[in-house]
Amino acid sequence: MGAHRPGNAPPEGRQMSHDPAHSGPAPAVGPVSLGPEAHVMVGNADKFINWCRKSSLWYLLFATACCGIELMQTGASRYDLDRFGAVFRATPRQSDLMIVAGTITHKMAERLIRLYEQMPEPKYVISMGSCANTGGPFYKDSYCVVKGVDLLIPVDVYVPGCPPRPEALIDGILKLQKIIEQKRNFAAKA
Amino acid sequence: MEPKAIFEAVKGKFGEAVVELQEEGFRPAFVVVSPESVREISLFLRDDPAMKFDSLMCLSGVDYKDRFAVAYHLHSLEIGHRIGVKAYLPREAPSLPSVDGVWPAANFQEREAFDLYGIVFPGSKDLRRILLPEDWVGYPLRKDYKYPEFYHGIKV
Amino acid sequence: MKARAEALPTQEMLINMGPQHPSTHGVLRVILRTDGEVVVNARPDVGYLHRALEKIGERVTYAQFMPFTDRLDYLASMNCNAAWAWTVEKLAGIEVPERAEYIRVIVCELNRISSHLIAFGSFTADMGAFTPFLYAIRERERINDLFEDICGNRLTYNYVRIGGVSADLPDRFLEKTKEFLDYFEPKIPEYNKLISYNKIFVHRLANVAAISGGEAVAYGLTGPNLRGSGVSFDLRRSEPYSVYPKLDFDVCVGTGERGTVGDCFDRYMVRINEMRESVKILRQAIAQIPGGPVMAKVPRAFKPPVGEVYFRAENPRGETGIYLISDGTVNPYRLKLRAPSFVTMNIFEKVTKGLMIADIVAVIGSFDIILPEIDR
Repeated sequence: MGAHRPGNAPPEGRQMSHDPAHSGPAPAVGPVSLGPEAHVMVGNADKFINWCRKSSLWYLLFATACCGIELMQTGASRYDLDRFGAVFRATPRQSDLMIVAGTITHKMAERLIRLYEQMPEPKYVISMGSCANTGGPFYKDSYCVVKGVDLLIPVDVYVPGCPPRPEALIDGILKLQKIIEQKRNFAAKA
Repeated sequence: MEPKAIFEAVKGKFGEAVVELQEEGFRPAFVVVSPESVREISLFLRDDPAMKFDSLMCLSGVDYKDRFAVAYHLHSLEIGHRIGVKAYLPREAPSLPSVDGVWPAANFQEREAFDLYGIVFPGSKDLRRILLPEDWVGYPLRKDYKYPEFYHGIKV
Repeated sequence: MKARAEALPTQEMLINMGPQHPSTHGVLRVILRTDGEVVVNARPDVGYLHRALEKIGERVTYAQFMPFTDRLDYLASMNCNAAWAWTVEKLAGIEVPERAEYIRVIVCELNRISSHLIAFGSFTADMGAFTPFLYAIRERERINDLFEDICGNRLTYNYVRIGGVSADLPDRFLEKTKEFLDYFEPKIPEYNKLISYNKIFVHRLANVAAISGGEAVAYGLTGPNLRGSGVSFDLRRSEPYSVYPKLDFDVCVGTGERGTVGDCFDRYMVRINEMRESVKILRQAIAQIPGGPVMAKVPRAFKPPVGEVYFRAENPRGETGIYLISDGTVNPYRLKLRAPSFVTMNIFEKVTKGLMIADIVAVIGSFDIILPEIDR
């Protein structure tokens, strides 16, 4: 990305101003121009923004059915989803990602759409498990199950399984991170 | 008490309102009663010292194609005996008195029977659809129920 | 106080809690009418997860319905599997090999522990302590591993079959279970030290929503919720089925040790104590399990005789009753699932009158409801 990555040794002859080893006089407080000591990273804005977005995917705790338990267990002790920057939020207004974990019925459909609309942009959706993908075991005989959450909201990643293992869900999140990485926020508009 | 003895006791008290005892192939056995007398018989079964059916285990609607039925499964924690009570209803405008004043546990299950079978329970403290949305058309557990094509524009 | 109320006129608020709410254990919706913080009326609105299990039951065969029982109560799939198998076996008069019955009891009790662990973990998380949740999941993962050995799945097992179980126990399963029990038993006092007698936790639960024994019976409460009200009634003891008569265990009841009998704390404590009893049952079952076949001969096109049967089993959430009507064909004619959480919600409106909004969460957690059971 930038020329001076954190961790790289600074080029010869230049002291980093905040270096504690450098015990010079404290710099005078005042308007400071961006001189060569300032930390500047030059790089692709798209890459930077995508990196920020993919590394803090806060997901909405939207557990309607069986998959919700696996979602909980993915977030808990053994699988520890926090490692990927994904932590759960209880409100859609703080969430970037909706993991639809479980069956959506016709009674629930309207609420699901409303929750999705309450999430701030950019927002992503993972459809977790057979019920959210297609209606799953309830596809044929149930009169009140929505046959796939993609009839209601756009879906980015589908995770198969009934319910998917936590590893599968983690893989889904990593796939979503790859999708986010490739997004072009600025270049397309120019 | 054995089902036979319970049947005799209820029959002795209510006479014509008690129709028959269904025993062969039924576990627990059912005392079949006329729908109008369900509430009185329930009160008797709950309060009589020899019966003491203090717990309503299960209340179910059933569609027997030619008629409906409501089945009550009762249990007495104190005496430890069980019995079923069943009332057959006509297919047209099925209705029978609510027992949620006898066993409060009945309320939700009556609402469920109303929701899925369309059986009406006059005297219920709160009879609305419970599982399906308020504007759902039809009673899905009836044997002649046709699945709708769309609900609010979403394919069923 | 009265003068102040006149000076500050208040009006009732209508608050909608759920169906998307972190403490309603799924998609329960509670419509609250409150006067400030005090709940005037809390009406549960259910059905957001109604998946028509009963209708599906009429359209599939007896054996095909087994996977759907997994999804009736996904925290206790083994218990639901077994309850369905016992019902159909009672209807058709099938004799099950003794080893299979022992295996069922072992998996059921393991599942009871893992279900109570979730109840414990999510309840404490609702009360604001997230750490015990991580402890509970740590232990639950080990039970999941054991079940994975048996049937390859972590949550929906589909292991029990009508007439037995799908496969014999894998190698070293009983040893592994024993190792788990040795590991798990000392954890229960650890939980008590960690959270159960924590002063804040006790204050949140004691004397909240106390239910008397008579009320609990009239409203159809079962399982730990009934026993929390001091009624010593356990189907494994009172109407014994399977091999439970051969196993020795205590029925845990609420004693009102921190408040009134039947309050939220009692219901919580019953679950903690029941885990200990399940360990006891498991140790005996492992010691007693005989050899032999694990599956009775059941024809492929299975047609039970005409009849009606009601069977109930003691599941972690209470009495799961199945009312099954057979007309002699391959499909059940009518299948009613009497789910404990559904009946428990009857009393919700009554016990929450006059509580604070935060207590609603405590009541929901202490009932340990699960939504697929309420909505089916």
